[in-house]
Amino acid sequence: MSDKTASTPAAGSWNDQRIEVIIGTLLRTGVILAAAVILFGGVLYLTRHGREVPSYNAFHGEPESLKNPVEVFHGVLGMSARAIIQLGLLLLIATPVARVAFSAAAFGIERDWMYVVITLIVLVILLYSLFASS
Amino acid sequence: MYNPYTFRDAIEHGANCERAMNVWEFTGLVGLGSLLAGFLGALTGLGGGVVVVPMLALLFHVDIKYAIGASLVSVIATSSGAAAAYVREGYSNIRIGMFLETATTVGAIAGAVIALHVSTSAIAVVFGLVLLYSAYLSSRHRLEHGPQLQSSKLAEKLRLGGSYPTSEGMQRYAVTGVPAGYGLMFLAGVLSGLLGIGSGAVKVLAMDQAMKIPFKVSTTTSNFMIGVTAAASAGLYLNRGYIAPGITMPVMLGVLAGSMLGARVLVKAKVKALRYLFAVVIVALGIEMIFNGVTGRL
Repeated sequence: MSDKTASTPAAGSWNDQRIEVIIGTLLRTGVILAAAVILFGGVLYLTRHGREVPSYNAFHGEPESLKNPVEVFHGVLGMSARAIIQLGLLLLIATPVARVAFSAAAFGIERDWMYVVITLIVLVILLYSLFASS
Repeated sequence: MYNPYTFRDAIEHGANCERAMNVWEFTGLVGLGSLLAGFLGALTGLGGGVVVVPMLALLFHVDIKYAIGASLVSVIATSSGAAAAYVREGYSNIRIGMFLETATTVGAIAGAVIALHVSTSAIAVVFGLVLLYSAYLSSRHRLEHGPQLQSSKLAEKLRLGGSYPTSEGMQRYAVTGVPAGYGLMFLAGVLSGLLGIGSGAVKVLAMDQAMKIPFKVSTTTSNFMIGVTAAASAGLYLNRGYIAPGITMPVMLGVLAGSMLGARVLVKAKVKALRYLFAVVIVALGIEMIFNGVTGRL
């Protein structure tokens, strides 16, 4: 976002566009990274548990170790395959949150305070849902 | 279609037929089905999420809560993964998207909370109805409208208007119907959080029909919004243990790969026949979801 220097009024929407392209590329990188982590965890999971018989036809809810982000990190350090998959999923869930945070910064650079506030409201709602119930 | 054995078995004996399927087989088949769902979803513009949940619930007998969690995550993947491409085309309007996100994210949390308290059958029936409605929307002839020339006062205040590229250069457009669009967006959020889908159809309806935003701008802005909306309920789902790594892994990877493939093919393919076929599949799934929900089999 450092290349946002020109601030002629006419360039406004074009710079909008440019910032968005940068954000979009960052997002795609995030998704690819998340997919790679999930794939790695998946291969590990399959080699370890491939012969087991899954049962998902009744809902039990995942254990605490896979629900709580802090616990997930502990699991990853212990090379738990499921925890590594879950870390990838957390990364993935984080990409739209990051995109909103970036947008808030971008509106800030443009000194569009109304949209800084609107974007921060969205960010607070997202963070609330991620952390409120854990 | 994805696993004829299980499917036939399901019809003949009811639930409990995947006893023989081990993790390898389950992962492979779910991954393949998700790949196809993502591929068709991208080609037809309907999104893969609408097929993933019925596929998991009806064919693989996965509890609908796990199915919703897995689908929701795959929705985020396709939305965020495509963001760069959509933005580059210059159609999406970030201000419109962000403003309406205040409605969809609150709706999504409400939807996820509702999902925690209603029965599986109720969710299945609502899901079926939404499937039927999406099929209807996609088959209906779209009411074309030219770009709106005069913004409403509220839209003016929020500076929602913008411009987008057409064959004759940049075309300005104005925005109206903000309250109606905002209300529909809240509904789109509720459906997304309740059913684990992107509800792009409702989002496009809100922008294109209620707010008179050009269709191209509506669809691309909707795509950008889908991921943010889904993230709002994904957090809650994760905390409640709805997101099972063993299911979500093949679903997410399959849908992501399928949708990337679909987006690549899209430019060359004739999608009209496919779109029709997909609509038929969705109607069939919708009827089956409602039937299973009403008879309490899910």
